[in-house]
Amino acid sequence: MTTTQYRVIGSRPVRHDGADKVTGKAIYTADMKLPGMLSGFVLRSPHAHAKILSIDTSEAEAMPGVHAVVTGADFPNVEDKIADLGEGSVNLAYLSTNCMAQKKVLYRGHAVAAVAATDVHIAEEAAAKIKVEYEVLDSVTWVLDAMQDDAPLLHENLLTDSLGKKAETPSNIPVHMHFEKGDVAAGFAEADVIIEREFKTATVHQGYIEPHAVVADYNEDGRLRIWTATQGSFTCRQQTAEVLQIPLGNVLVTPCEIGGGFGGKITVYLEPTAALLSKKSGRPVRITMTRADVFEASGPTPGSYMRIKLGAKNDGTIVAGEAWLAYDAGAYPGGMIGPGCMCVFSCYDIEHAVVDGYDVCLNKPKTSAYRAPGATQVAFAVEQLVDELAEKLDMCALEIREKNAVKEGARRVDGPVYPPIGLEQCLDALKQSEHWNTPLEGPHRGRGIAAGFWFGCGLKSSAACTVNSDGTINLLEGSTDIGGSRTSIAMQLAEVLGLEAEDINPQVGDTDTAGYTDVTGGSRVTFATGMAAYEAGRDLQQQMKTLAAELWDCSAEEITVNEDGSFSGNGNQLGFKELASQLFAAGEHLVGRATVSPECPTNGFGAHIADVEVDPETGKVTILRYTTIQDAGKAIHPSYVEGQLQGGTVQGIGWALNEEYFFNDDDTMANADFLDYRVPTMLDVPMIETIIVETGNPDHPYGVRGVGETPIVPPPAALANAIYNATNTRMTELPMSPPKLWKAMQSDPSAD
Amino acid sequence: MPATKKVHVTTTINGEEIDFLCEPRHSLLEVLRDNLGLTGSKEGCNNGNCGACTVLLNGRPVDSCLVLGVEVEGAEIETVEGIACSSSLHPVQECFLEGAALQCGICTPGFLVAAKALLDKDPHASEETIRFNLAGNLCRCTGYDKIVRAVQAAGQRMSADA
Repeated sequence: MTTTQYRVIGSRPVRHDGADKVTGKAIYTADMKLPGMLSGFVLRSPHAHAKILSIDTSEAEAMPGVHAVVTGADFPNVEDKIADLGEGSVNLAYLSTNCMAQKKVLYRGHAVAAVAATDVHIAEEAAAKIKVEYEVLDSVTWVLDAMQDDAPLLHENLLTDSLGKKAETPSNIPVHMHFEKGDVAAGFAEADVIIEREFKTATVHQGYIEPHAVVADYNEDGRLRIWTATQGSFTCRQQTAEVLQIPLGNVLVTPCEIGGGFGGKITVYLEPTAALLSKKSGRPVRITMTRADVFEASGPTPGSYMRIKLGAKNDGTIVAGEAWLAYDAGAYPGGMIGPGCMCVFSCYDIEHAVVDGYDVCLNKPKTSAYRAPGATQVAFAVEQLVDELAEKLDMCALEIREKNAVKEGARRVDGPVYPPIGLEQCLDALKQSEHWNTPLEGPHRGRGIAAGFWFGCGLKSSAACTVNSDGTINLLEGSTDIGGSRTSIAMQLAEVLGLEAEDINPQVGDTDTAGYTDVTGGSRVTFATGMAAYEAGRDLQQQMKTLAAELWDCSAEEITVNEDGSFSGNGNQLGFKELASQLFAAGEHLVGRATVSPECPTNGFGAHIADVEVDPETGKVTILRYTTIQDAGKAIHPSYVEGQLQGGTVQGIGWALNEEYFFNDDDTMANADFLDYRVPTMLDVPMIETIIVETGNPDHPYGVRGVGETPIVPPPAALANAIYNATNTRMTELPMSPPKLWKAMQSDPSAD
Repeated sequence: MPATKKVHVTTTINGEEIDFLCEPRHSLLEVLRDNLGLTGSKEGCNNGNCGACTVLLNGRPVDSCLVLGVEVEGAEIETVEGIACSSSLHPVQECFLEGAALQCGICTPGFLVAAKALLDKDPHASEETIRFNLAGNLCRCTGYDKIVRAVQAAGQRMSADA
């Protein structure tokens, strides 16, 4: 545990962008209005899978008020090329045709044309006058069906890459992954108890409240300016430049305030289209997705099929694990199967394990990252199997986890050996918690626990801090702020400089002003951009030492930066602000800067406790009490760490109990609105209790681990275990919605 | 070209008499955002499911995306921009900030308007009453815990100030 006492870190200042956000002044993309701006509307495929035979835009173009129409014909031909998006990568040819279909549409909602007009209603009316002739093809939306030899093929030339070998005949499976450690057959032979089950999870959406939106202004000189709702302005710039085949330096991306992302606002959808409409019309163009567009055409997370086997010895040691995973990629290759494979056994030290994973294309929107992408599905499966092993071995669910929890030195099935990590400490906090030690009583009630893991990445971040004449600081960084990160970054700079959080004015820069910074994703911003701010502060102190030495007539080596941020040397001592003011008055204009690219994952572990009551008449699950425990390394701003834990948990609860894409017989989505998709409301959940464990991360100056993603991982599993303990019914399918749970309770003879 | 002639509407917004022209098909949300520059009210779904566009219409919280601009003739409207009094924040705004009851902030204006309407009537609203009354406002970031607590704290502060 970290014991260092900090002044700013660990306190709870009001966030710097707070007043703007409670008064309605904060500018989100859809709030942007430029002179002469047009409104865009995207025409989308009504079919799940079809060939585009022809598109006639003449009637739309002739409508009064319409200034431009674009189709796939206006997009440059983009060759196959893999681009790194910071968190994950993408084939640019697929990215381009996902933005605007060329010869085929691969899912309902796939963009086929777009209109810019003086008013969005006119643009919508004009889009309705575009005549698209389709040849409807057979479609497929279930992952196992899509893997069959006779399944409708989405991509005619897609050959499975299996451990570097290409298949000879095309299929819907772009990748087969395989990880192995130890001798799995021997492992299972050693086991006294073996349990194997199949699990299925439905497609779910990130469900950010702000729809995707963009404003593009394509200047006559070739300069393209974009204001957008993005998790990463630099990756947005790269993707847009590549899809449009224009020089990256011609594109300026300004990230507006962003209304949620959760991984779903990394890929570009609208930016190239808006840019081409602007280029054609000569005017700025704003496009905002409708809520139906968001569900039907922006990245959900994979639905999945999983078959997992675990074996344990009588003493509770889990000795062998086997996983066969097939995840939706959506319409284009590149789903979340990789992290799924890496996370499946990530919480347990299993000597013998094998994992096979398949990325599978089918007629749904291309999946994108969603908070710990790929991890929640496998946790739902494995954490239930661990409970089942415990039950067979007459052990407590906590005891078997304590016995098998990974710790420093354990090797994950995909290779990495863990540095110091905090799962044991989380389980210990669970054991000590008031919740765990309060018995749950009453009929149809049950308690479940589950553990969870997400890597947390480093990637690249930059920060620059300019000293003002009064010794306050303007901090420029490039991480779009989705949940208070300006403040958590500024607090680290304030700590190192001996200032207050309020002395720092943090600003999220655009791609012309901020240093290169990867996406706000991977639970990385407070860790990596915070580290950049810390290093920028150190850089500033170095410069100030040199200048103070001149001021105080001594050598820089004789200057000390004290714990409170003051400088002393040669009998002088000045606080940061006083020294900064003196230097400014002497003509020194100071800017500290740093770029960092930490390579080590921050390894975020958590453990959850859920108490539920199940209505035997309806199958409705009521959550009576919920506790989320997580190792934050060191919580910079505890309120916002709690907020991540609570928010992620409730997303996981929605995934567990309600959320699901329903498909009509023609494979079009039946519930593409919030009312029918049904994310949790305030009335659906209790207070979410949190326990922050602080083990300290040796790879960060203040010990930070990423916290954003792990909290979504355990809830479906913890709730499934609680439901089992309440009803004696094992739920192997998500969501565990009332009809499904009720049906399972009827068919399970052992159920209450 | 507009499909139909624009209609002249006179209304009161945040205490100020305002008149505007709008097409019969334009929602109050569109009028606020596009005609009047009051972009604090947000569009999350445009069909009344998310509550991000909540405003008070004659004192009652409504989804402004479900109200037509032409319907507000003679009405009194209050938006998030009208909650703070000149330079000082309203207790509900203060408590949202102090309690970290927002993350991305897109749902916040709707929550503030709905919460203020509830607290004006019932500053001692119980957790259950708050959850029931604000269930029409979706938040995907916070898990609601800190929002409920902020509304409770604001109610206490409003009673103490009264």
